[in-house]
Amino acid sequence: MREERSEIAEKVTSGDIRTVAKLIRDIDDKVPEARESLKALYPFTGRAYVVGITGSPGVGKSTLVDQLVTHLRRREQTVGILAVDPTSPFSGGAILGDRVRMQRHSMDEGVFIRSMATRGHFGGLTQSTRSAIDVLDAMGKDYILVETVGVGQDEIDIVRSAHTTIIMLVPGMGDDIQALKAGILEVGDLFVVNKADREGADRTVNDLRMMIEMDENRYKDGWKPPIVTAQAVFDQGIGEILEAIEAHRAFLRASPERIAARQREKAKNDLTEMIKDQIITQLLAEVVNSGAFEEALTSIMDRTLDPYTACDSIVSKKIKSGTR
Amino acid sequence: MERNETTEQRKRKVRVLVAKPGLDGHDRGARIIARAYRDAGFEVVYSGLHQSPEEIVQAAIQEDVDMVGLSSLAGAHMYLLPRVVELLRDKGAGDIVVCGGGIFPEEDIPKLKEAGIKEIFTPGTPLGEIVRWVEQHVEPRR
Amino acid sequence: MATRDPIEHEARTWHQRYRDAVTKNPERRARFSTVSDHPIKELYTPLDIQGLDYTRDLGFPGQFPFTRGVQPTMYRGKLWTMRMFAGLGSAKDTNERFRLLVEAGQTGLSTAFDMPTLMGYDTDSPKARGECGRCGVAIDTLDDMEVLFEDLPIDQITTSMTINPPAPVLWAMYIAMAEKRGIPRRVLGGTIQNDMLKEFIAQKTFMLPPKPSMRLITDTIEFGTKEVPKWNTISISGYHIREAGSTAVQELAFTLADGIAYVESALARGLEVDSFAPRLSFFFNSHLDFFEEIAKFRAARRMWARIMKERFKAKDQRSLWLRFHTQTAGCSLTAQQPYNNVVRTALEALAAVLGGTQSLHTNSLDEVLALPTEEAATIALRTQQIIAEESGAAHTIDPLAGSYFLERLTTEIEEQAFEYIKKIDDMGGMVAAIERNYPQMEIADAAYAYQTQIDTNEKTVVGVNKYATEEAIPVDILHIDPHLEAQQIERTNRVKEQRQREAVAAALERLGEAAQGTDNLMPFILDAVNAHATEQEICDVLREIFGVYRDPGVY
Repeated sequence: MREERSEIAEKVTSGDIRTVAKLIRDIDDKVPEARESLKALYPFTGRAYVVGITGSPGVGKSTLVDQLVTHLRRREQTVGILAVDPTSPFSGGAILGDRVRMQRHSMDEGVFIRSMATRGHFGGLTQSTRSAIDVLDAMGKDYILVETVGVGQDEIDIVRSAHTTIIMLVPGMGDDIQALKAGILEVGDLFVVNKADREGADRTVNDLRMMIEMDENRYKDGWKPPIVTAQAVFDQGIGEILEAIEAHRAFLRASPERIAARQREKAKNDLTEMIKDQIITQLLAEVVNSGAFEEALTSIMDRTLDPYTACDSIVSKKIKSGTR
Repeated sequence: MERNETTEQRKRKVRVLVAKPGLDGHDRGARIIARAYRDAGFEVVYSGLHQSPEEIVQAAIQEDVDMVGLSSLAGAHMYLLPRVVELLRDKGAGDIVVCGGGIFPEEDIPKLKEAGIKEIFTPGTPLGEIVRWVEQHVEPRR
Repeated sequence: MATRDPIEHEARTWHQRYRDAVTKNPERRARFSTVSDHPIKELYTPLDIQGLDYTRDLGFPGQFPFTRGVQPTMYRGKLWTMRMFAGLGSAKDTNERFRLLVEAGQTGLSTAFDMPTLMGYDTDSPKARGECGRCGVAIDTLDDMEVLFEDLPIDQITTSMTINPPAPVLWAMYIAMAEKRGIPRRVLGGTIQNDMLKEFIAQKTFMLPPKPSMRLITDTIEFGTKEVPKWNTISISGYHIREAGSTAVQELAFTLADGIAYVESALARGLEVDSFAPRLSFFFNSHLDFFEEIAKFRAARRMWARIMKERFKAKDQRSLWLRFHTQTAGCSLTAQQPYNNVVRTALEALAAVLGGTQSLHTNSLDEVLALPTEEAATIALRTQQIIAEESGAAHTIDPLAGSYFLERLTTEIEEQAFEYIKKIDDMGGMVAAIERNYPQMEIADAAYAYQTQIDTNEKTVVGVNKYATEEAIPVDILHIDPHLEAQQIERTNRVKEQRQREAVAAALERLGEAAQGTDNLMPFILDAVNAHATEQEICDVLREIFGVYRDPGVY
């Protein structure tokens, strides 16, 4: 059952849940028609405020999202949520278990919750997730919360798609701050130390503070990331977190150049990734299906050809022959 | 498992909602089947305990699942399962397959099927059999 | 028990011969292990119990460490209580079943409640739709409680109530009901399950979050110590942990760790350990692996005695007793060839008896399909009676003591359980471990591993993955009257009409105020119950103040 892309766009912008849900599915499954819908919806994007929440498994991301939704709804803001969980590299399947902690909002018409799997992409965000953000944006959501499986350097992805990126930690997780060190300041606009009643909370906060103080010139846009302690499950600290998000939002708004620079960065990243993806998909398909590839494989197995030479040869031939 | 992202026929992933309707808290089976579905390559949204039929249907629609698996072990299935089917139909999502797993007296099974539950899995059914059934009877959307 | 050197040499020789024989004709399985996947050797000898010291590790019945039994006379003096878990439909239906079971010879009452009652909802709650009376009896008010125990000699017989979050409410109803019949609370004997930690881990009837749940439980322990001294105010349970798929070691360890948490909570309240510890009781599963279960029960007694003595410095001998009720494993029953379940239950019951249980429930053959019929429940009761009167299993105390196999297994299970307890201690105790989802994850992993073993035929289930037949064997099952729900709602509405509205409102308000303070809530709950407040009305006050716990969805 195919609908005109304008029909779909209309339904999405008017908030039709089923259409939005199906479209996200089509995007995820890389159905070609979905792309057309995304084209039609693009003019309607750019309104929503996107908050990324990242951190190791078990720090309480879903619980925080659940509480943020409650607070945002009290302020009469509509919310779209994308909860991303890892796909099993062995089976290709996934258990998407974040929704459980937010299910109490499922009957709220102002909230749309969607679980997604990384589908083989390691790290924060996939193209699908980025496109899904656009769909929820076009749907009219004031806020979009994106919860990802961030561990270490992979958080970089979400930075480019979110206005505010929150990095969550818990005390006593070992040397996480050390582990996160690489790129953490380029990534986090706000640090949340959750389960702050646990032993080591003060130490964690101090370690973070030291790191932040030490490296002023690495602040994103010159914004010094605040640290907020919370116990999300007890609804403690959520107000402060929202305030910090709002403060960041105001900071960004105060300088149109900053916003423009970020938007450009995002657009650049998105376009580059899409082009990369499309080129690879198309070219690789042609190459792999060609005879040259099979021949090369045979020679490599015989050890009459090394893989490096084979690669150089195939690629240079392909580039010379052009893409279309 | 072939993860050749370059093939044109990119197979759609099967999406399933595993849900616990009503007050029953026995979730051993639901959690085990969720793992089995994951190991079979499906994307499984787990609803958690104590869901009303309304909440389950809302989740099913937002997550655009192909199938809802309802786990029932406390005897309230004659109300809860048909209610989920009814609500899905009301919301224009009647194409989502609904199945049940758990404790069902033999004589209730035909009644449930009549009410629109596609299949009922009773205790002792091997996980592999359930997975195979889903693979054969549940079409990933469109 | 001294080592005899000649045995070591002979053992080595024998094992060599065994290996040779097995090389020619392989063992009938690749691996031999218990239901919990605990590896079992082909033979156990005195060498396996070399470190065992009779006085230190076994002792005599009724003496530390109580491995051989908590009382000196055990079944020679008094058989275990035959206590059949029962509950169905309305209070009247269940009352009939109670009386049938008492007439058939059971020696204690045990109440199963329906899901709404278990979760603190009245029958008319929208959440209760379709659930009234389906897995137990529906109790909304004191009036229902009165009907439930009508014509039953509750001053002579003990009553167990399997109820958790709303346990204080149901207990208050029972006390109020008894006092209306002129039976003083001081003589009342029985048990309320009242163990919230295992709810968070396994059974998952939720209401309040962990900390307020602990407060309420401590309130009941304190109240019982002072006002209802013969009552077991908690039944620290492993049954459900096992049903959720844990191993025997996990069942044991998590149960005792829960026990430790309750003791610490009561001590923090300012209670003297010997004032409440004698009334702590336990509840275990008796699963299919015969010897593993017996070993588990014996290890449990020894462990708890050591914990109470060494960790909590209890002085009263009764504080060191691990008294327990056992239920045969529901999860071991099959829907296929249901009559096989009679055999399974019999073996599991025998294990519990050989393990020294104080009280026992045997499952009915049809419980995989529905609530038990009278016939099926009677057979289950007869199973216990045959074991007691015909089999000779109860003629002597702890008959299997000294078995090389059993003593070795008991020690291994104890060691592994203590390892878990240490891990949980390191996390900061059971409440902290639960918040981290530690026991829940362990159980989920064990459950999945076991299911995989069954699906790959590594473990056999007769009638299911071996000796299965095509034809379904018909069994009569129990039906719950679908009109019951409407009738029950009507009953409760009548109670609401006839009661004093102001008295109810006042009682609920006082309860709300007390809940915000530190007073013991039991007297306030009793007042509300006597004013005919419904179960949900009382629970809603607590929910309002303490918040509602939601499933974190650990898979």
